[in-house]
Amino acid sequence: MAAKEEVKLLGFWVSPFVLRVEWALKIKGVKYEYIEEDIFNKSTLLTELNPVHKKVPVLVHDGKAIGESFVILEYVDETWKQNPLLPQDPYQRAMARFWAKFAEEKIFEGAWTALCSQGEQKQKALQQTREAMEKIEEQLQGKQQFFGGESIGYLDIILGWISHYLTVWEEVGSMEIIDPAKFPATMAWINRFLKHPVIQGTLPPREKMLVYFHQRSKELGSTSHGWLRV
Amino acid sequence: MAKEVKLFGMWASPFSRRVELALKLKGIPYEYIEEDLSNKGPSLLKYNPIHKKVPLLVHEEKPVAESLVILEYLDETWKHNPILPQDPYERAMARFWGKFIDEKLLPTSAKVGLSKGKEEQEQAMEEVHDQLKILENELKGKEFFSGNSIGYLDVVANILFWFRTEEEVGGLKVLSTEKFPMICEWIEKLIKIDVVNECRIPKEKYDDYVKLRQKASKSASS
Repeated sequence: MAAKEEVKLLGFWVSPFVLRVEWALKIKGVKYEYIEEDIFNKSTLLTELNPVHKKVPVLVHDGKAIGESFVILEYVDETWKQNPLLPQDPYQRAMARFWAKFAEEKIFEGAWTALCSQGEQKQKALQQTREAMEKIEEQLQGKQQFFGGESIGYLDIILGWISHYLTVWEEVGSMEIIDPAKFPATMAWINRFLKHPVIQGTLPPREKMLVYFHQRSKELGSTSHGWLRV
Repeated sequence: MAKEVKLFGMWASPFSRRVELALKLKGIPYEYIEEDLSNKGPSLLKYNPIHKKVPLLVHEEKPVAESLVILEYLDETWKHNPILPQDPYERAMARFWGKFIDEKLLPTSAKVGLSKGKEEQEQAMEEVHDQLKILENELKGKEFFSGNSIGYLDVVANILFWFRTEEEVGGLKVLSTEKFPMICEWIEKLIKIDVVNECRIPKEKYDDYVKLRQKASKSASS
């Protein structure tokens, strides 16, 4: 048992990347200090701790700063061994990492592009996102509770944004990505995820999100590569 | 652990070469299958139906795709000659910079090839230079990106020694020693290592490589 270590998390209230880290820390019961950053008016703390990208989340543990949610998740898993997020078996770990990358590139980027674009670009992005979601639906078939098995794991955390953000983006972007009738396994997973005690109480308020994303999607227009490009 | 390892790869792909280099560094015996990307073999399509890409590692009939995912798999399955550091924070830094190379440096470099007109190309080159400067900083006070011996980040940064072949054959100075002294020194150190040399573009295939890249640029921009 390590002595009291200082863990800080620099975040932004509506960032799904930050949420991932919060979920991981809460699942492991790691105490942390949350510091809200105004990403439109970045503090010197943020630019010092993440000079390369100047983005949240940044985890600071014992004075050492780590950026990028995927990287932070693996660090958290390796540093605090209780309630492991990644499976033990190397091949299963490779599969989790593969699907995480796939989902980020095809579903997250696709949905975000669809949200912020119009016409042909939007349709193309929607098509890509739906096709990718079908692969995830296949992966979820026959799964008991979560990608991680009985408990929430790495891939659930990476994909967890879908449970809360997708319908917001669908509304803001006047589009449908998941037809519930066509994605029964995904819908069941979403419901289980949202009911999980660790997840409840962490989600940003829907009304605030609608306002925020309405504004952001208008501002970003079709130059929508990457998140919150300030 | 003497079970079968196959690597489906392509000689001109830096991603594929990363995996070859890691396998050689770890001393893992493997069967190499060269894929013609314009005519993909049935085995590749069977094992990697999602992306249909190389590199693809197949170990005991189980396929693993994506070079960075494969590198982690290799290190976790074969514990000798680790390429990632042991300490969680050092590992996080290696992964962070690996992501930087793949998600920032490589796409920005690709933009240079796809640029239309001198102004656009110069802008893209400037972006690449800025990113290379950031990356070079990571070499300060170190022999290699991974410390005293070559490891994960040196393997992932293999795209940087691609430029060396261009210089040797094409006479194109891509990385100036004045602007990037540490990276240039690092490259010189690396190409003295046999297994590293085995995993970069051979001089005699340079012209083929240029043609392939031009073809890829044309199809990407159309």
